Amino acid sequence: MTDAILTFEEAMEKYDPVLGFEVHVELNTKSKMFSSAPNVFGDEPNTNVNEVDLGMPGVLPVLNKTAVESSIKIGLALNCKIAEACRFARKNYFYPDTPKNFQTSQYDEPIAYDGYLDVELSDGTVFRVEIERAHMEEDAGKLTHMGGATGRIQGADFSLVDYNRAGVPLVEIVTKPIEGAGSRAPELAKAYVAAVREIVKNLGVSDARMERGNVRCDANVSLRPHGRERFGIRSETKNVNSLRAVEHAVRYEIQRHAAVLDSGIPVVQETRHWHEDTRTTTSGRPKSDADDYRYFPEPDLVPVVASREWVEELRATLPEPPAARRKRLQADWGYSDLEFRDVVNAGVLVEIEETIAAGASASVARKWWMGEIVGRAKNADVDPGQLGVQPATIVELAKLVEDGKINNKMATEVLDGVLAGEGTPSEIVDKRGLAVVSDDGPLLEAIDAALAAQPDIADKIRNGKLQAIGAIVGGVMKATRGQADAGRVKELILEKLGVNA
Amino acid sequence: MTETNSNQLIRLSAAQLARKLAAREITSVEVVQAHLDRIAEVDGGDRGVHAFLHVNAEEALAVAAEVDAIRAAGGAAAEELHELAGVPIAVKDLIVTIGQPTTAGSKILEGWHSPYDATVVKRLRDAKMPILGKTNLDEFAMGSSTEHSAYGPTRNPWDLDRIPGGSGGGSAAAVAAFEAPLALGTDTGGSIRQPGAVTGTVGVKPTYGSVSRYGAIAMASSLDQIGPVTRTVLDSALLHQVIGGHDPFDSTSLPDPLEDLVAAARIGNVEGMRIGIIKELHGEGYQAGVENRFNDSLELLKEAGAEIVEVSCPNFQYALGAYYLIMPSEASSNLAKFDGVRYGLRVLPEDGPMTIERVMGATRAAGFGDEVKRRIILGTYALSAGYYDAYYGSAQKVRTLVQRDFDAAFTVADVLISPTAPTTAFKLGEKLDDPLAMYLNDVATIPANLAGVPGLSLPGGLADEDGLPVGIQLLAPAREDARLYRVGAVLESLLEAKWGGPLLDRAPSLTAHSLTAPDLTVSTAGAVPAHGGSH
Amino acid sequence: MAAINRDDVAHLARLAHIEMNAEELDRMAGELAVIVDSVKSVSEAAGDDVPATSHPIPLSNVFREDVVGHTFTAEQALSGAPDSVENRFKVPAILDEE
Repeated sequence: MTDAILTFEEAMEKYDPVLGFEVHVELNTKSKMFSSAPNVFGDEPNTNVNEVDLGMPGVLPVLNKTAVESSIKIGLALNCKIAEACRFARKNYFYPDTPKNFQTSQYDEPIAYDGYLDVELSDGTVFRVEIERAHMEEDAGKLTHMGGATGRIQGADFSLVDYNRAGVPLVEIVTKPIEGAGSRAPELAKAYVAAVREIVKNLGVSDARMERGNVRCDANVSLRPHGRERFGIRSETKNVNSLRAVEHAVRYEIQRHAAVLDSGIPVVQETRHWHEDTRTTTSGRPKSDADDYRYFPEPDLVPVVASREWVEELRATLPEPPAARRKRLQADWGYSDLEFRDVVNAGVLVEIEETIAAGASASVARKWWMGEIVGRAKNADVDPGQLGVQPATIVELAKLVEDGKINNKMATEVLDGVLAGEGTPSEIVDKRGLAVVSDDGPLLEAIDAALAAQPDIADKIRNGKLQAIGAIVGGVMKATRGQADAGRVKELILEKLGVNA
Repeated sequence: MTETNSNQLIRLSAAQLARKLAAREITSVEVVQAHLDRIAEVDGGDRGVHAFLHVNAEEALAVAAEVDAIRAAGGAAAEELHELAGVPIAVKDLIVTIGQPTTAGSKILEGWHSPYDATVVKRLRDAKMPILGKTNLDEFAMGSSTEHSAYGPTRNPWDLDRIPGGSGGGSAAAVAAFEAPLALGTDTGGSIRQPGAVTGTVGVKPTYGSVSRYGAIAMASSLDQIGPVTRTVLDSALLHQVIGGHDPFDSTSLPDPLEDLVAAARIGNVEGMRIGIIKELHGEGYQAGVENRFNDSLELLKEAGAEIVEVSCPNFQYALGAYYLIMPSEASSNLAKFDGVRYGLRVLPEDGPMTIERVMGATRAAGFGDEVKRRIILGTYALSAGYYDAYYGSAQKVRTLVQRDFDAAFTVADVLISPTAPTTAFKLGEKLDDPLAMYLNDVATIPANLAGVPGLSLPGGLADEDGLPVGIQLLAPAREDARLYRVGAVLESLLEAKWGGPLLDRAPSLTAHSLTAPDLTVSTAGAVPAHGGSH
Repeated sequence: MAAINRDDVAHLARLAHIEMNAEELDRMAGELAVIVDSVKSVSEAAGDDVPATSHPIPLSNVFREDVVGHTFTAEQALSGAPDSVENRFKVPAILDEE
């Protein structure tokens, strides 16, 4: 069933959007939130677990100190107050990915609260997003739905559960209602999540890889007619897990809400599911009395008391704030204002930083990310970081070009090979037989042939009409099937003709 | 070994066994075998004690043989053996053990083997104490009679038609019937002390957090404590010393070093101590014979030089109500994990759609008994939206009031004293249909759990009207468990002097005569009818 | 304090994932009503100024260092599983989401 939608412009003419976000950040601690099992992505199912993660009878949780410190750091970076004392609670609900059938989570006593984050939009406008709270909780296991047509939950025959992710430490960052973004709401949504991602990455507390679910976003959207104060009924779109998807999902929900409101039917408060393929949401289930989570203080854990000394000690370890950091990076990298803003807007600041850290120059990193990868990501309709290009790949590509082993044209071909999973750049160069012809012998033969074929042009060059050289170079490149280094060909032609360029 | 020898061995206390083992007068294999023989003799059959759900003969004998070999070899390894090495013990089947099934007395865990050991079990293994097996209990420790076990009730060795108390009736009956010299219990609202009272044994609920709960299947996390079940006060101190002390796997485990409890039990002295009678915990509602024996104990303590004072704890009147809100609330959440997904029973719905929700619903419907369901539903209610403040929230405030009552009482008394239970053992089936009457058994034991303070129950004699054991409860401030042993040891020796020997000497002797002896060398967990017994 | 009726118990049983037939619901409603009535004094016992006690012996800041400890093999993890496939726990289809 497809929902009716208005165009975004129509929606904006009549309504103001109010947004809200719940961003889940997986911390990159070595061990889990409440057990000593490893916090590692991608291992064999049910091997990063012990009795605690499986919710075996008799087990008890013990809190990971580093996870608490990371949470406090996130709170500080989001300009939050840090609770002097806070507790965990149990959120009771039955679901097979939740081993105890309750989630250990902070409820009415978050470790951090009342903060804000200044988010820069593409034109440099700064929008302040108020943070309600950041609280600690544990992740659930991973369900795979088998059988049925879609691989989705609907129509599945059975499901398989891997508890490796169960108990991975999470910090959930909840915004206050975000008003006044108007038609920039979708852009703000993306910029906000990008900013959170940048902060946690910068703090070193999360790997922040959205494609692995390190940063996951639930987006709340409601509309109200212009001029009305009271909020409309909101929908909560779950698991919008790329920056592009956040933007698209918020846009779609605005359009959908507008159509519902226009039709005079009240909006239902419900969960929505985001579908990347169709860029639409579908109805999950409405809020019901089954949402009675029966929270109560977790009796197996004791309060966390954050002394001033401890908080100040952690504050002292914080890296510079994002705005200052961006200024520094721009200066370090020598990018122009426009270049730098493009990088930020394309969502590849983190990737470029990693690439430079891996050994590439700032200009090479920008050339590859902005010139090649962003375009490919756009075509593939994913975030650039999700294409799977590793910093080391770019460093290797740049080295191959620099060493004259391949030229730029070949390098882009090699990049495609890497993205197609054919191997490392060097392996692809070997496999595909790509190499700049570096032995001048065959080149000289080709040059002789090209000059002999076009004697009039050779004369023009001899007479100083250097721009004519292109025709000879083209002939040589054709003869060598593009494998020659055009620069070297040019040098050799001039040498041959005795012309000083 | 002659039969007399075997009969003598099983009647020795753990301290006596330890001394004889160290002196190499007896071997651990003899001791373990004597207890296994006793279990075979009295535990099975239609009218057996049925204290055990599983007997761990092979492993227990292997550990015993290892201890004997170390002692025989002598040298440093023998010197380093724990005092209780080779002394066997039974473990309540709520505590997980590698290599033996753990059922919690429930169908939902039938056949489940834990892949890890509880911390207390690790400590028993470190001390090289042979584990005789796992003892019966009310399902998930929910009950005061052990009749709520899915594997049939345990019988009281004093009268096989009566309950052995609960939830730890199996551990208490095993010790009272000389099937084990020592046992572990768990006490959430009196499950160690009340069975101790009605079986004429000693039971201790340590200060909350002083014994690790890791590996004890949780009923109510903020109330549960593991503790010793024994025949003498000194034995409880010896066992407490083995299992107690900080555990990094339990966040509520106290960091304090354990006091020397054994020394306290050996010294035993009440001279000049102020012992407080809790006005609200005796008199009306307490059986006359219980009251009489309680008064006997007060007289003896007075004669020994203690000052008897009266204290009032007015908020104890709310303790039972608060307990029956907090306990089921926490239990409803703790028992959510039993859902047929990761371990244990899975039951498929008989008709209708086969979804995981329905499988969970059918599994829990079939796997849990009535009392467990009752408490889960009650707890779900007390925590549900709109009721939290009135129920769970209010109950937690009552907890504060109960603690304040204790604090006030301990400013005028060093130790408090009361009967452990309002009555002696009632008949099997007598209160099964009346949950409220059953809950009233815990009225004197519950305040200690709410406040986290330690409590000890010891035999105070036999009630005049029915000749059944009466328990005397001692309570001390949190972290002052040693006081219980000091006072308990004195009272025990005064009472035994009066009786001319241990109270259990007066228990009817159980023989195989009226009991059919089954093969108990394998698990009895599945072999016993679900509603066994003849109540 | 509200009385507990059969619909209430049915709702609680759904929350607690325990299937109950009509007879059980009726019986449970009756038993719960009696128990709830017996504990109702609790809600009037303490005034607003009395703090709640959730832990009998107060502790704070009990932490683990972030160090990796033991894990199970998949075989151990699944050793008690009623059903499994390819080292994962197998469950019937999930219709309700979350």
